Formats: sequence, structure tokens, C-alpha cells
Amino acid sequence: MLAALMVLVMIGLLYRYFSLQVIQNEEFRAQSDRNRIAVRTVAPTRGVIVDRSGNLLAVNQPSFTLAITPERAEDLDNVLIKLSDLLGLTETDIELFKEARKRRRPLSPVPLKYRLTDEELAVIAVNKHVLSGVSVLSELTRHYPEGDLLGHALGYVGRIGIDDVDESEKAAYRGISHIGKVGLEAYYEDVLRGGLGVSRVETNARGVELDVIDRIEPVPGAELTLHLDIELQRVAAAAMGDMRGAVVALDPRTGGVLSAVSSPRYDPNKFVNGISFSDYAELRDSRDAPLLNRVIQGQYPPASTIKPMLGLAGLNRDLITIDTTIPDPGYYQLPGDPRRYRDWILRVRGTGHAEEMNLRDSIAQSCDVYFYELANRLGIDALAESLDDFGIGSVTGVDLPSEKRGILPSSEWKRRVIGSSWYGGETLIVGIGQGYMLATPMQLAVATTALATRGTAFKPTFVAAVDGTSVEPEPLLNVSAETAYWDEVFAGMVDTVSSVRGTAFGMRSGLTYSVAGKTGTAQVVGIAQDATYDEEALSEYQRNHGWFIAFAPVENPEIVLAVLTENSGGGSSAYPVARAMLDYWMSRDE
Amino acid sequence: MSNDFARVAEVSSRELGARVRLLQVLHIDLWLVVPLLVLIVGGLFVLYSASGQSDVMLNAQIRNILVAMTVLLITAQFRVETLRGVSPYIFALATLLLVAVAFFGVGAKGAQRWLSLGFIRFQPSEVMKVAMPLALAWWLSKKALPPDLRSLAMAFAMVAVPSGLILQQPDLGTSLLVATSGLAAIYMAGIQWRYIFSMIALALVSIWPAWVFVLKDYQKQRVLTLFNPESDRLGAGWNIIQSKTAIGSGGWEGLGWTRGSQAQLDFLPEGHTDFIIAVLAEEFGFRGVLLLFLIYAVILGRGLVITWRAQSSFARMLAGALVATFFFGLVVNLGMVSGLLPVVGVPLPMVSYGGTAMVSMMIAFGLLMAISTERPVTRAMR
Repeated sequence: MLAALMVLVMIGLLYRYFSLQVIQNEEFRAQSDRNRIAVRTVAPTRGVIVDRSGNLLAVNQPSFTLAITPERAEDLDNVLIKLSDLLGLTETDIELFKEARKRRRPLSPVPLKYRLTDEELAVIAVNKHVLSGVSVLSELTRHYPEGDLLGHALGYVGRIGIDDVDESEKAAYRGISHIGKVGLEAYYEDVLRGGLGVSRVETNARGVELDVIDRIEPVPGAELTLHLDIELQRVAAAAMGDMRGAVVALDPRTGGVLSAVSSPRYDPNKFVNGISFSDYAELRDSRDAPLLNRVIQGQYPPASTIKPMLGLAGLNRDLITIDTTIPDPGYYQLPGDPRRYRDWILRVRGTGHAEEMNLRDSIAQSCDVYFYELANRLGIDALAESLDDFGIGSVTGVDLPSEKRGILPSSEWKRRVIGSSWYGGETLIVGIGQGYMLATPMQLAVATTALATRGTAFKPTFVAAVDGTSVEPEPLLNVSAETAYWDEVFAGMVDTVSSVRGTAFGMRSGLTYSVAGKTGTAQVVGIAQDATYDEEALSEYQRNHGWFIAFAPVENPEIVLAVLTENSGGGSSAYPVARAMLDYWMSRDE
Repeated sequence: MSNDFARVAEVSSRELGARVRLLQVLHIDLWLVVPLLVLIVGGLFVLYSASGQSDVMLNAQIRNILVAMTVLLITAQFRVETLRGVSPYIFALATLLLVAVAFFGVGAKGAQRWLSLGFIRFQPSEVMKVAMPLALAWWLSKKALPPDLRSLAMAFAMVAVPSGLILQQPDLGTSLLVATSGLAAIYMAGIQWRYIFSMIALALVSIWPAWVFVLKDYQKQRVLTLFNPESDRLGAGWNIIQSKTAIGSGGWEGLGWTRGSQAQLDFLPEGHTDFIIAVLAEEFGFRGVLLLFLIYAVILGRGLVITWRAQSSFARMLAGALVATFFFGLVVNLGMVSGLLPVVGVPLPMVSYGGTAMVSMMIAFGLLMAISTERPVTRAMR
């Protein structure tokens, strides 16, 4: 009885082991492998960014990082306090450390301070015995050799924050510590990042790696070649000096951005491994808004820079001819309206431009009255339509994030946004690029390209090639007009620079190439009906902005410029910047 | 002493071969000792691998084995009649020690199982593993067989008190083993079937109060986990999942000695103690498991043969109880590691690391050898 029971039970148990080991073997082998083999990601090297001549603009530098493995630290808080004493850690450092810790797998080091100096490395080495769980890692960090020269264009990478990566993308960032936050770094994040490598490692139950089983190498991020010319950028930045404002230079044949300066500038290197709170507050709260990329985010009244475009619209719509003249007494009045719309020349000379102003002279001398009349003839909606052809009021689609679109007012726009109907006087103000109208320097550069090329503008792009493969220019604007019309408008723009009465005559001396340009003076504060604009009486931030748009050479243009100088008084402060850039560009060896 | 001389004389007079005579003199039963040695030596290999190639643990276990083998040989020298005589005293002492544990015991992990005498720490519950079958065999052999209701009631009380004391330590595994050894002795006394059935009925009825009042939370958790290990993958279910994985991944041939990833990479908890069969299964495969089962089968078979051949009712009941206890411990261990039974903390006999269990096991085999080698003499005495 007992023996029979024993035999049965032993056979039953033996069958259990047979079932687990032989019948279900495959299943448990797989389970065992899942236990044993951990898949670890290997971060790729981020793609570098170079200018058109191959100068390095964004690179990866080896640097030393202080890291803590929390599980190995005997008393984490105490270690953090000690490190704070030794290295002067900021609260931001510790905050970012705590955030990073949440995203780490157990038993992996969490970065605390990047880019250790030699002295800091020495301090850590000497105090190693009291710093349990502390290690120094060597890794590649992003570096921008040109510093603040390209801060706005390149943007920067920063440590990945909680909100930077959404759920669907989390897998792509496993093992990656930095992400493009703004600028080209953000716009081309997916291209620059590269593909994660995978290494399968054998781990024990505590997650400690014992052996590498196999490894798929990461795919390095793509190299970006920019249209940008670092020397032209340097010239532009130097020419801007301390002035606030923006400069953008485009290659009219491709839309390539040759230079883009937003002033004041900032150094993107500060952001790479966490900017201190006080440094950031200073940048953020500064009245000069250094973090704003004025090239695509600064919105200013385009002022007289739209006059060549409106002239072309008038000719195209047969509202004026090349020979049409308009008397300029220094002001303009609408029939039955006592209000006088003044010409800027009135303040300067006390009279109007001339008894008979034609289109060419009106462009060259920036005659307001001519364009009041033309605007009145066009009416607001045709005016808006013709400026829309030049891209005013629409984003250019440049390869940077957070571009602003400006405002192209129309009667429909006013009803929708302001909630009231349009009246005629407003048309006149818009006719000289003031009033509700706002444009970014990039928009004006694109519009100027459409002028320079006689109608064709490509989408502005910083990136010329990705990993050596050229990026095809993308058509953006197409404006058609008779050749004679283009010629006439160009003549006015050439006169702007080269005729004695031209508003940019000051930049003429010594020119060795042909330039077409147009100045603009954007009012920041409205001037009352009979008050005068007294620059001295206005605070710095209320003074007029200066514009200058230009292209050269006039026939077969190679470069298009838009320069804006904030609160500089007027266009005369903007064209010297353009002159410096054109001189460099037209004389460079290619 | 005169009896011993008589026994030696008796044996030689029968002109047995010199080898058999020597074994007889030393009270060694080859059918038990050889498979035990094979098991112990094989077990050392498994333990070495399971402990992560720890020489320290290997040496300690070898010391345990040497002590246990000595105890085996010493125990085997006792005359059955002598054993019978001291049985009630051993039982009384063991019970007192268990009471002492309840009051003065030391322990770890929330269980109070150890008694410290300053120079030595030991588990009185292990003493009871031997004392229980001895005492029951003594008690029941005093009465006419089959036992009447009164002596049965006393027998059950003798089982219940120590088992209860051990259960509240708490140590469910040992408590079950001790109770089994007592009940097996009662069974060997020729208990009537109606009693057995009423016992089973009583046991079933008492499951509910036992669940509510007796079992600790962690013990309940083990039982629940058995039915659904996935419900608590990282907690109580971890052991079962990992041991099943280790066993299952071994396949037919095994992964090779010291090559089992579950065991070597610390996924398998308690791999050197209660779960050592999983290490063997992973590294030596089903072939190894089959061999292990065969060795155990030889030991159990020999135990049954000794039981059947036992000349006194005391010896028969004692041998039967010891074999049944050994069998029960084996089944519980093999069952719990393979996920058939709750995890109750019973070691794999002769293989798991640990000194106390090894010694008490060897005492049991020593008793069996004493019974087996006594046979010719008792016949002569009559």
C-alpha cells in the first residue's frame, strides 16, 4: 500500500519534471533568455554642422562628466552636499540631476555636472574616498566653436527635460541625454540625432552587465552643410556692433541663407549642459530680448521697403504708368477729409519732394505722397493681395522653428481680428508700410528676392546639404510683371543708392558693383497730427527702426539683403551694415 | 557488552564471508550507504555550482557531511531494544526544548526556531524529527495492535503537541514533516481504515479554521502564489517562476555544470538550499533529474525492505515512519520547486546546503541501519 503510493507519487513528480524540461523546454529557454539578456541602447554621435566652406559650427567634444550612481552612494544627500561644497553646484544642477534620475534605469550613473575642468577633476580625485557612488564619465558634448556668432541660427541642444519627448518617441531617445531645443538643432533634430545602436548584454538578477553578446552599431547623425558663410556672418555681426536688430542675407538663386544675425546675440554653449538660473533669468528678462531670434520672430512695420512692390502692383493693374506723376506738396489729403497725411520729407525740408513725382523718383526718394495716392487707387484689398504675392503676412517656411508670420491687414482681416470695418485713411498708412502691417526681416528678404529675380523666390533654407546630398530649392513665390515694369522699379531702387536724392546715397561712395536697394523708417510710436518727431525727446526704445533691403549685382543678383536696426532712427543706420556685407560678398574669391 | 560478543560469535559461527561479517559488525547496510554516498558526492558538485563556485560553502558542507556520516555510524551501533528504551526520554527532552524555543528561542526573518546554548545553536525541531517516530513507535508497540481508541488518542496528542509548537515558530515545513513521521507510525500500527477516512474528513473540515486562525500571512501568500505565480511576479511568485524557468530551460541534456544562467546569474533564489534541485535540473537536464530520482528510489526501496523485514513491531513502525518522513520531505521539496506545492521551506534531502537537516537525516538512516543489521541477532536471541 505504502510502496504503491510512493511509486505513484514519484512517477507523478518525475512526469512533472519531464513536462517542464522536455515538453515545455522551448518556452522556458525563452523565459531564461529574457531574464539573462538585456538590450542596452548605444547612443549615436550627433551630426555636425558646417558652413558652406566646411567650417565647423556645431561639433561634439569629448568632455568629462561628474555622475552619481544613486544605488552605490551610501548617503546620497550627504554626497550632494559635499559635492556642492567642493565644486559649487547650483540648485539647477541638483534639480536637473533629480529629474534625470527619474529617467534612468537602476544602477546606471546619473549625470550631475558636465564639462569638468582640470581643477574640478583634481578635486574629485582627491576627495574620492568620501564620495561614494561618484564617478567621472567621459562622453561627447555638443560645442559651438563660434559661440554667440551663430546662437540664434544654430540654437542649441540641452538636457532632455520631462516634456521634451512624448511617449511615442521615448524609444528613440533611450540612452541619449541631449535634444535640440531651439534653432537648427531643434528643426533638424531627427536628422542630427542619428539612430540608436543596440547591444545585447548578459546581466545578472541585479542588472549588472557581465558580458556583451552582440552589438549593432549606432548610426551617426547626418552632417548638415549650411548655405551660411561664416565670414559673411562675422562681417554682419561686426557691422551691427551694439545695435539691436536683424540681418539676413539670401542667395536669390537658391533661397539659401548666407547669413542671419539677430542682435543682441547669446552664446548657445551656455545652454548645452544646463544654464544657471540667474544667467537664464538675465537673458530672459533683458529688455533687449537677446533670446528672440529677430530674423524670424521680430515683427516690425516694413515701412517704405514695400514701395517697390506696390509700384509694381500699380503698374500691373494699370492704375499708374511709368510716366504717371503726382504732385507732392508734403502731405496728402483724401477728398472730403481735412486730415493731412504727411510726407516724411516735410519734417526734413519743410516742403514736399517735388511738383511732379514719378514712380522711379518716388522709390528712390521714398516719396510718401506718391504711395498714399497709389494706395488709395489700389484700395486695401488689392493692396493686400499684391503684397501677399510677395509673401508678406505668411511664414516663409524657413527651416527654423517658431517663425512668426507678421500681419498683412485687409478689410477682411480687420473685421475678423479687430472687429470693425476698414476706413480709407488706414489704406494710406498701410500704403507706406505702417499701421497694422508687420513683417519679419526674413519675410522682407524673401520679398526682396522676388524683386531681385524678377518674380521667383525660393523658400529660404539654412541647410544646403544633408550628409552631402544637396537639398533641392523649393519654389515659394512667383510674381509676374512686364519686363519694363521690373526695369522701372529696379531703376528706382538703383537710384536709391546712386542718385544724389536717393535715400541711401550715403552708401554709394566707392561702390565697385551695382546695387539696388530701398530704405525704410518704421515708426515705433504714432506721431500726432501736427506734432513733430523729435528724436532727442523720445526715449531710446521709442525711436524709429531703420530698414534697408538690397540686392547685388542688379542684373543677375548673387545676394539679397534685409537689414533692420531697432530704434536707430531710420534707414541710414541700416545701409552701412548692408554695404559692409556686400563689399565682402562681392569681393570674395570663389 | 556480553550481548555484543554473543552477536559477533553468532555471526562468525554462520561462516559468512569476511566482508559481510565486517559490515555486519559495523552495522553498515550497503544498500543504504552506497546510494547515500553517491547522492552526497553528486550533491557536492551541484552545491559548488549553485553557490557560485564558493570554496567556503563547499568546505562547510563537507564538514557537515563528515559530522553527519559519523553520527550515522554511531547511531547504527545502537541496539533496537536500547533505542526503544530511551525513546520516551528523547521525546520528552525534545518537547521540552520546543517549549524552551517558544520562550527563549532566537531566530531570524520573523521566525523563532533556534535555541542557543552559548557554544552551539541548534533547532530542537530537527531533534523532534527523530524523536517523534521513536516515541510513537515506542508508545504503540507497548499496546496490543491494532491500537485501541484510547492509545490512539494518546498517540495523536503526542503528534499534535510538538507539531503545534513547531508550527507556531512558525515553521510550516518542519511541522508537516514531524506530523507526517508521527502519523506514519500510527499508520504502521495498523490503524483501521475507518479511522483513516475520518481523519481525512477531519483534515478537510479543519482547512478553513486553519486558514483563518493558524496560518500566518506569508504562509497563506505562498499557498495563493502557488495557484497563480504570475499574480506577484516580483514578490512571492518570483521564486516559483524562476525555479520553473531554471528547470524548464535545462531541457534533456542541461546547460552544463556551472553553466546554468538562472543559477549563475542569481535569478534563482535559495539555489544552494531549498531550490537546489532547480540548479541540478538546469545544468544537468532531465537526465540528471532522472538519475537523482533513481538514487532516491533505491534509498526508499531499501527503506521499505528494511521495514518489511523488521522483526519487532517497534522496529517496523519506526522504520516505516522514518521512510515515510524521508519520502514526504522529498516529495514536498520536489513538488514545491517545480511549482506543484506551496513553498514551505523543506530542503532536498542530502543535497541542500545545511548541517542540522543533514545530521537529523543521518540519524534517521542510522536508525534504519540499526534495524536492518540487527535481524540475525534478534532471531538468535529468541
